[in-house]
Formats: sequence, C-alpha cells, structure tokens
Amino acid sequence: MDSATFDRPADTPVLPTTVTDALKIVIVGGFGVGKTTMVSAVSEIRPLSTEEVMTQAAAGIDDISRVRDKHTTTVAFDFGRITLDARRVLYLFGAPGQQRFWFLWDRLFSGSLGAVVLVDTRRLEDSWYSIDRLEHHHTPFVVAVNRFGPGPALDRIRDALSLPPEVPMLDCDARDRDSCKSVLIALVRHLLSVHSASFRKTSL
Amino acid sequence: MTGREPPARGVPGSPQAREPGAGQGGPQPSVPGRRSLDGENPDRLYTITGGRTRAAERTFDTVTLIVAECDPQPGQQSEHARILRMARRPTAVVEISAQLRLPVSVVKILLCDLLDRGHITARHPVSTRASIPDLETLEQVLIGLRNL
Repeated sequence: MDSATFDRPADTPVLPTTVTDALKIVIVGGFGVGKTTMVSAVSEIRPLSTEEVMTQAAAGIDDISRVRDKHTTTVAFDFGRITLDARRVLYLFGAPGQQRFWFLWDRLFSGSLGAVVLVDTRRLEDSWYSIDRLEHHHTPFVVAVNRFGPGPALDRIRDALSLPPEVPMLDCDARDRDSCKSVLIALVRHLLSVHSASFRKTSL
Repeated sequence: MTGREPPARGVPGSPQAREPGAGQGGPQPSVPGRRSLDGENPDRLYTITGGRTRAAERTFDTVTLIVAECDPQPGQQSEHARILRMARRPTAVVEISAQLRLPVSVVKILLCDLLDRGHITARHPVSTRASIPDLETLEQVLIGLRNL
C-alpha cells in the first residue's frame, strides 16, 4: 500500500491528452458486498482509494452527536476508470452505503450519470437506505444482485426492496469482467430510456 | 421478508448545533503533510480547509481533469510540485487526491492556488448537477462499454 515516493505507480496507464470529458458512475453497497471487486473487474487501473472530509458545511446537517470530539469526519471510497474513447473517460466509484456517506453525495458525486446498487441477498436491509437516498437525489439506478450462492429469485428481491417495475434488476458476479460490463451496460440503457422519456416530455 | 420501510427511515433528525469552537483552532501549518490520513488530526485538516472550501468546491468537480501548464518550480510547495508532475497528462482531481493521500476537498484548495497562478488548466465535466447528460454522450458511453 506504500508507494509514497512515487507520484504515480509505474503500472498506472495515463489518459490520452485528448480527453476532455470525465463521467461518473457510482456503485453503492454495504460493507463486503463486492464494490471494490466490481470496480477492479472493469477498471483499466488498479482501484485507488481516497477520502473526503466532512467539514463545517456538511456538519450542519450531520448528527454531530454521533461523531464525538470531532469537528470533521472522513469517509473513504475506491475508484477506477475506463477510457471510453479519445474524448471521454468514465470513473467508477465504489461508495459505502452508510448513512454519514450520503452527506457527501452532492460534493463528490453530483453530475453522476447514474448508480449501481450492489446487493447481497443475505443482507438486503443494507440496501434500503441507499435506495431511499438515490430516489431522493433523483439519481437513476439499476440493482445488481451479487450472488454468493443460492438465494431468493429476483422478483422476490424486488418485492423486498419495494422497487418500482421500471428499475432494472439483474444477477451478477462482481469478480467477472463480462458480468460487470453487462451491469454497466444495463445502467446506461436504463439512462437512455429515462432521458429519452424526459426529452420527449420537454419537447411536447 | 418485509418490505423496505418508507423513505423517512433512517433520515437524520433535526440538524444539530455545531460544536462550539469549531474552526477556531490556533494557527496551523498551511502545508498539508504527506502522511497517511489514518492518523490525521481532523482539526488540522479542518483548519487547512476552513474558509476556502466553498470557493474550491465550486471551482472543481471530483472528476475535473487537471492539465499542468508548466513544470514544477524551485522553491514551490511540494504538493504543488507533485501535482504539476502528475498532471503532465490529464489527471482527475480524485486521482490526485489518491496519490497525494489528501482528502478531495484539500486537493481542490491546492488546485485553486495553481489555477490562480495559471500553472494548470481545468477540463470540467460536461455533466453537472445542473444538466442531464445528452443522448449522444450516453450513446457514446454505451459504445465504449460494449467495446471493452
């Protein structure tokens, strides 16, 4: 983990000089559900990790009583990237679904194309809060069920998560590159249908 | 299995008063250290970011691409020099944050300094909170993903 003497690890591919637009997709899920695994399966760089601090502006809405003796608190997150073409690069963020993280959503992830909610069927309740917050932020999302073994069928999970029928759901294996690719493609197809609908509405 | 509870579930209650004395720490070094954040003193980071956070937040997105416009200069603050080396090729704010091991908001402040001096340029993302992505962008993303 220690490479402090290097500004960039030698194995990190650089971006083309022509890249002008960076896009964001956020993978949200509880601890251990496979967010970093998913980022790593499709990223062209080894996932990097960083932190953000919650300072005064965000503390105004935080329940500071839970953060004893601190004026700031930090949240950590991972990310990777995919160079899409000469102009565009896509950043994939793995974000913890925990409550305090959502205070930083606007600061870190405003302008995200959309989100993947990564679900472990053994701990469905870990996803409730994230789904609520994504709905609140009007961020389009798909739900990907990372299968760790036999579990309930997708329609039962949909009921348990109270997901509306238009939210796409799919099974995935976060270790498998093609499977993760399918999840991202499902998300972008969903975005296309959501945004086409809104374009039609505004042009009427 | 029970259904998901209504959206109000778990949403924090009324805003709490900020702790008295927040941001009133004594003078602190203006150069953030290079150590790991694990042992970081939150008050120190707070003081570094205090007061300048909002302007920097407005200036840079998490994925704004930074491009160096000059080489590091002698006597320059070491973080500034490292950013200029790293940004010889376009580099996102969040990557700089990871490599410098500094929180994103602290990096944004360092970048503000460099931008003010004309040492870097910034390529801001087209999609922001104010605008939804255009269909062409989404179609290009789809093509890019399929080609992976």
